[in-house]
Amino acid sequence: MVSVAIAVPLWLHRPGGALAGLLLVLVALNNAAFAGEPSAPQRVVSMNLCTDQLAMLVAGEGQLASVSALSRDPISSAIADQAQAYPVNHGRAEEIHLLDPDLVIAGRFSAGATVAMLKRLGIPVAVFEPATSLDDVRRNLLRMGELLGRTERARELVEAFDRRVAMLSGEPLDPPEAALYFPNGYTRGEDTLVGDIVRAAGFNNIASGLGVAGGGHLPLEQLVVAEPELVITGSRNRGYSRSQAIMQHPVLDEVARFGARRGLVNREWVCGTPRVLAAIERIGALRGELVGSR
Amino acid sequence: MSRLLAVLLALAAALFTVSLIVGPAAIGPLASLQALFAAGDTPLSLVMQEIRLPRAILATLVGASLGLSGAALQGYLRNPLAEPGLLGISGSAALGAVIAIQTGLAATFPLGLPLSALTGAFAGVLLITLLAGRRGGTLSLILAGIAISALASAMVSLALNLSPNPFATSEIVFWMMGSLADRSMQHVWLALPFVMVGAALLLTLGRPLDAITLGEDAAETLGMRLARVRWQLIVGSALVVGASTAVAGTIGFVGLVVPHLLRPWVGAMPGRLLGASALGGAVMVLAADILVRRVLPEADLKLGVITALIGAPLFLHLIYQTRQELA
Repeated sequence: MVSVAIAVPLWLHRPGGALAGLLLVLVALNNAAFAGEPSAPQRVVSMNLCTDQLAMLVAGEGQLASVSALSRDPISSAIADQAQAYPVNHGRAEEIHLLDPDLVIAGRFSAGATVAMLKRLGIPVAVFEPATSLDDVRRNLLRMGELLGRTERARELVEAFDRRVAMLSGEPLDPPEAALYFPNGYTRGEDTLVGDIVRAAGFNNIASGLGVAGGGHLPLEQLVVAEPELVITGSRNRGYSRSQAIMQHPVLDEVARFGARRGLVNREWVCGTPRVLAAIERIGALRGELVGSR
Repeated sequence: MSRLLAVLLALAAALFTVSLIVGPAAIGPLASLQALFAAGDTPLSLVMQEIRLPRAILATLVGASLGLSGAALQGYLRNPLAEPGLLGISGSAALGAVIAIQTGLAATFPLGLPLSALTGAFAGVLLITLLAGRRGGTLSLILAGIAISALASAMVSLALNLSPNPFATSEIVFWMMGSLADRSMQHVWLALPFVMVGAALLLTLGRPLDAITLGEDAAETLGMRLARVRWQLIVGSALVVGASTAVAGTIGFVGLVVPHLLRPWVGAMPGRLLGASALGGAVMVLAADILVRRVLPEADLKLGVITALIGAPLFLHLIYQTRQELA
C-alpha cells in the first residue's frame, strides 16, 4: 500500500496520466483484497481476545495465521464461531515463534515477558491499547487496517460503525440514572468503553457523581445512597465464584426502582469492536422500557 | 473475673456501635443509628439494616468463634501456640467452603456451604488432635499445623484455578486472608445456628479443661471422661470455625492473640479463659474490621492482614519463649 501511495502522485502529474493512475490504484486495491499487497504481512498472529476480533474483521483471506484460544470462548468472544476456522495460540512465546509470523499483534496487557521475548527473536510486534471509548473503536480499526495493508476495508467498517452509532445515540431529555455494577463490586466510569456505551444509550452513570472516571471499586453502601434507577450488570460467567455472588445481595433488589438487570452481554462490550453496537442497542432498549414505565 | 467480662462486654458493645457508624457512605452517627431502627425503604435504612448491621454482627460472631476455639484448643492441648488458623483448621474449613461453592452445592442447597466448611474444619481438628494428641509436644503440633495449612491452601488454590469462572482465581486472597465486606443477613442466618451450638459445646468445657491442667491422668481421676471432652472439643471447634470461615474466609491469629493477652487476667485458668476469649475475639475482629474500613477504605484491605500484623510478632515472641522446649 505504501508504494502505491507514493507512486500515485507521480503518475498524476503527467498529462493524461490521471486515468491510468486511478486504474493502477484500483488494480492495486483489488490485488490487496485478494492476495494482500506485497508489503503487507502474510502470516499474522494475534494473541489477544480483542485484537483477534479486530483482525478477523479486517484481515484478508489467509492473512491471519492464528488467533488466541480465548476467541473461541462464546462467553467472552463475539465471533467464537468464526474463530473455529483459525488455529489457536495460548500467548506463549514458543508456540508463536513456531508459527513463524511476520507480524504479531498483542494487547497492551498481554504478557509483557512474552512480547519482549518475541521482539528479541526479531518478530515485529504491534501492541494495541484497549479501547476506552467509541472513538477508540474507530482508531483501532483504522490502525489494524494500516498494519494489515487493508485500509479500505477498515474505512468501510468505520463508516458503517459511525452510521449505526449516529442512529442509536440521541440526546435524551431526561436521562435516567444508572449504576454499572460488576463482580467484586467494580464499577466503570465515563473514561471507559462500557461507560461510553451506556452514555451513548442515554443513561447518566452514577459513577461520574462519585468521582470514578475509569474503573474502580464502588462500595455497596455508596451505590445504595446514590439511588440509581437501574443497576446494570454483565452476563454470568460459567462456574461459581464469590465475586459474582455480590449480585445476589438482597439490597440490590430494593435499591433501584427498576432493580438490577443483566443488561450487558460480556462479549459485546469487553472489546472495542463494532460489536459494541449490539450493547448500545440492548442498553437503549432498557432505557426505553424504563422511561416508558415511569 | 466478672469485672473483666463486664469490661470486655462494654468494649465489644462500644466497638459494635462504632462498626455501625463507620462506612464508605458518609452518614452522620446519629442519622445512621436512627436509620437503623427506622422502618421503610429509604436508602439510609437500607445501608444500615442490610449492609452495616450484618457486617457488625458477623464480625462479632466470627471473632467470638475464633477467640473461643483458640482458648479451648490451647487449654486442651496445653499449648499456648494452638490456634485454629495456625493449626490448619480454618484452612481446611476454607477448603470445604471452596469445594461447596465450586461444585455448585452452595448454590443449589443453602446449607451446603456451612455444612461443607464444617466438614472441612472437622477433618482439620481431627487430624490435629490425632497427630499432636495425647502427649504431643509443641514441635509436632506446630509442624502438623503447618502441613495441614499448606495442604489445605494448596487445594484451595487448585480448586479455584480449575474453575471455569474468570473471577475464581482472584478469590484465593479472600480465602487466605478473610473479609467481611458486603455480607448480608443471609450470611448471618447461615452462620448463627452453627456458631451457637458450637459455642455451647465449647463453653461447657470449662471444668474439664481446668482439670486437664493437672495432667490427663489426674483429670481422669477427677472424674472427667477425656474421650467425651475430646469429642466435644472437636465438634465444637469444627462448628464455630467452620461456620465462621464459610462466611468470612480464613482470619488468622485471633485465637492466638486473644487468649494470650487475657490469660494473666483470669489467673491462668483455661476454664475461665473461654468466655473472656470469646468476648476478646469479638473485640479484636470488630476493631480490625473498623480499621480496614478507616485506614485504606478504597483498597478493600483483608481482615487477615490486620490480624496477622498484630498476631505474627506475638507468635514469634511465643516461639522465642518456648525455644528451649523446641530445641
